[in-house]
This record gives sequence, C-alpha cells and structure tokens, in this order.
Amino acid sequence: MRTHSVSVLVTALVTGALVRPAMVVPAAPAGAAGTIGGKVTYTGTPPKMKPIDMAKEPNCVTQHAAAPVLTENVVTGPGNTLRWVVVYISAGDQGSAPATETVRLDQKGCQYIPHVLVVQPNQPLDIYNNDPHSHNIHPLARVNPEWNRSQPAGAPPIHTKWELPEFIPVKCNVHPWMHGWHMVLTTSHYAVTGEDGAFTLSGLPPGKYTVTAWQEQFGTQSQDVTITGGETKTANFVFKATPY
Amino acid sequence: MRSYTRWVAVVSGWGVLLLAAGAASLRAQESHIGKLTGHAAAGKDLYRRYCVGCHGPDGDGAGENAPWIDPKPRDFTLAVFKCRSTPTGTLPTDQDLLNAMTRGFVTTNMPPWRPLTNQHRADLVAYIKTFSSKWKTLKPGTPITIPAEPRLTIESVLHGRGLYQKMECWKCHGSKGHADGPSAATLTDNKDLPIRPYDFATGSRFMCGVTNEDLYKIFMTGLDGTPMPSFADNLQPADAWDLVHFLRTLQPLKTPEAALWKAWLAAHAAELKPIGPGGPGGGGGGGR
Repeated sequence: MRTHSVSVLVTALVTGALVRPAMVVPAAPAGAAGTIGGKVTYTGTPPKMKPIDMAKEPNCVTQHAAAPVLTENVVTGPGNTLRWVVVYISAGDQGSAPATETVRLDQKGCQYIPHVLVVQPNQPLDIYNNDPHSHNIHPLARVNPEWNRSQPAGAPPIHTKWELPEFIPVKCNVHPWMHGWHMVLTTSHYAVTGEDGAFTLSGLPPGKYTVTAWQEQFGTQSQDVTITGGETKTANFVFKATPY
Repeated sequence: MRSYTRWVAVVSGWGVLLLAAGAASLRAQESHIGKLTGHAAAGKDLYRRYCVGCHGPDGDGAGENAPWIDPKPRDFTLAVFKCRSTPTGTLPTDQDLLNAMTRGFVTTNMPPWRPLTNQHRADLVAYIKTFSSKWKTLKPGTPITIPAEPRLTIESVLHGRGLYQKMECWKCHGSKGHADGPSAATLTDNKDLPIRPYDFATGSRFMCGVTNEDLYKIFMTGLDGTPMPSFADNLQPADAWDLVHFLRTLQPLKTPEAALWKAWLAAHAAELKPIGPGGPGGGGGGGR
C-alpha cells in the first residue's frame, strides 16, 4: 500500500515534470503583451524631510547655496504620491533577457544621482565622481561582496556590476548624509516612481504575476495580477506612512 | 509492520546520507597555509573553547561578552574581513586569516593567539570559514603585488605628503594624523556602529601589522567593513610607497622616515603649506 502511494506520488511528480513545459503558456502572439500600471501613494503622515547640513564639505554647501538638499528616505509629491518606489514583477516573470546597457550613478553636490537605481545581475554599472573632492563608495552588500573604494576628484569612473539579486544600501563614509540604493533585480520588468508616483510595467505576456512595490522606509507590498492578453491592468499601492 | 520497517529503513537511509553529506561539507572546509592543512572539525572544539565567548556559537559576533566589547567582535557570517592581502570586496587568503588571529587586533579585545599551535590556528581558520556560504561560492582574491620598497628620500616623503592632501586622508585622519578630521566624528562601520580612524599620534601598531609593507596593504586593499576604502584604483605602487614614507613621519616613533623628516623640517618648515581644506590642491582637486 505504502509502496503504491509512493509510486503514485513519483509518477505524479515525473509526469508533472514532463507535462509542465506543455502547460506553459505558448509563446505569446505578437501584440498580445499586457501592461500593469498604477500609482503609489500614502495615507497617514509621512516624516518631514530635513535639510542636510553639508558644512563638512564647504564645496557642497556652495553647490546648493540656492536651496539646501533635503533627506530622501520619504519623498512625496502632490496628491500624496511617493517617489523613489521600486515596482517590479517579483513572481511570474516569464524570462528576462540579461540587460547590457550601462547604468550610470553620479556623485554630484554630495548626493547620489539617482537616489535609487535598479540594475540586473551582471549589468554594467559606472560610478562617476563629478565633485571637486573625493568620495568613497561603500555598498553595504550582504549577499554580494561588500567593498569600499575611494574615488578622488577627477578619477576615472568605477566600472562595476552586481552578480546576485539584492537590495544594497550604499553610503559614503566621508559624507555621512550620502545614502543611496542599488536594487539588483532579476526581472527586466521594473519601474522607479517619479514625483507623480506613477509606474508602468509593459511587455508582459499573458500569465499570473505578483507585482511588488518597495519603499526604503515603508517596506514592501505585493499584489497578484493576471494578464490574459493585450490589456492594461491597474495595480495601485498605498503605503501607511508614519512620521517616524 | 512490514511497511513500517521499510519506512524506518528509508528514513534512516536518508538520515545517514544527510549526515554523510554534512560531514563531507565539514571535511571540505579546510584551510591551507604553507605546509599546514587545517580541519574545520578539529577547529570546532577549539572555537568552542577559545572564541565562542565573543564571536558566539553561530559565529555572528553575538557571543555573551559582545555587549561589553567595543569594537564588536567580527561577524563571520558576513565573510567581511579587515586585514587582507587581497583587493577590496574579495575574500582573504587562509594565510591572511591566520595572520590576523596570530597578531590579534591592537586597541580591541581580540588578543594575539600565539599561545595556540600553528596547527590549532589553521584548524580555527578552517572552522570560521564554515559560518558563511561565501567560502563555497567564491574564491579568495589574488593578493596584491607589492614591489620592493624604494629608497627613502625627502622627495618621496614630500610627494607622500601631497598625496595625503590630494587623496583626502586628512578628512578622517586629520591634518596632522591625530584622527580629528572633519569626518572623523561621524564614521560608522558596516553595521552602522561608530568607529574611530587610526590616530597616528598614538604611535601604536596598525590594525593589520607593524611593517611598512603592512601599512602599504592597509590603504591599497582597504579595511573591508570599516570606512577605510581601498585607494588602489588611484594610487600607483610608487605613489603608495611615497605615502607610506610620509605616514611614518606622523608617528612619534624613532623611524628613519621621522628622522629624515625632522632634519628636513628644521631648515624648510616655512616652505610647507598646512594640510587641510586650504592646503596644496585645495579640497583635493589639485593635480599631481
């Protein structure tokens, strides 16, 4: 009896494995790809972003003489929108080609530009220092190797890449207010929200997807979305903001 | 009954396999230092006797003494190490780990472990590598090449001084090496804990050794996990040696560098611009 049930299980597993490829959605006919779009907003009271005191680096004070730079961990827009939220397909991705175009990170006026960047594993990443003084780039990676390299004024860009998926906080020890994120995602379906909090994930063949939104202070949220053809589905995300 | 015994056989069979696999992976964790081969299995008992109090049973640096220790004990699960012969972002060699354990870390609670035999220390190296899977997926870096130290000259020291300004070492280590630069007070390590830069005025040993070559390695590999970056991208070996010569003059020690510098200063002190924001090269933007 036991043997029997085991063999049934094994048969099920084996046939499952054999049948599975046939069950995968056949190559989507051209034009049938769908889109998931939406907006990221908050409810509640988000923390107020504080002006950064760059007195340690007089040159950066000068660069921002017109308006002091604010911290960027919660950046909001009109209509309670949230900026710098990474929205991506966290499950159901039916294959993403490796990305080959180079992503650029600038250090200018003692800030990381952009504050949040997304790269895919092994995608080239170039880091530039546009300031007339040095920075040290210190990604606090855990899954990938952690490194720390000095980049003096006028030094050539650092050519690097990340091999494994990970959300990596990056800091400069010389200028402790400098803080950014390198988001290493295996999927090519991602977006980083701007001031309007909007995102669009396009080119999605029919299938069941999990869409995840990540905000550095409020964490992640996910929802399932099914795409059946060349349609546009809406997925809005609302983060509960607390002032601390 | 019959099926029960069969299940027992199956389960225990898998158990034996799993145990064997576990033992195999432990056996796979060896260290190789010169002619020595260290074994993780042997290192485990030594670890429990000598290291567990601070580094903890899981190797995460959370041993029972850890709350009272500053800087905190190394977290081996991160596989990030300060003293390496290998470039920043790479694993150290077994020899590097053995050297660190043997030498201890001056100004911290990590003592030199010279009383243990070489074999014991090699076993411990093998064991601490079992705390992170990075030791299975990555290879140690290739040690940096250090050319022979060139002859000490006043030109070398002066050029090194220019580099101390240009590379902005002073931003943390201070214009006179007293660890009082503008960024010194806010430095944090990779766990966001406060950390101090090396104060040359103490004249104490460096974190990673005492020789000029050790000093060369410190800034050309960086002390991973700390704010000290690698300068290898922007310093040629000749520059690096010049910087070593200058750094030695910052220590209140009877070194050839300090003697040469003192003699030169006696006649030329007025020619020097002070290091710092207004120093040669301004904020560091100046060319060579």
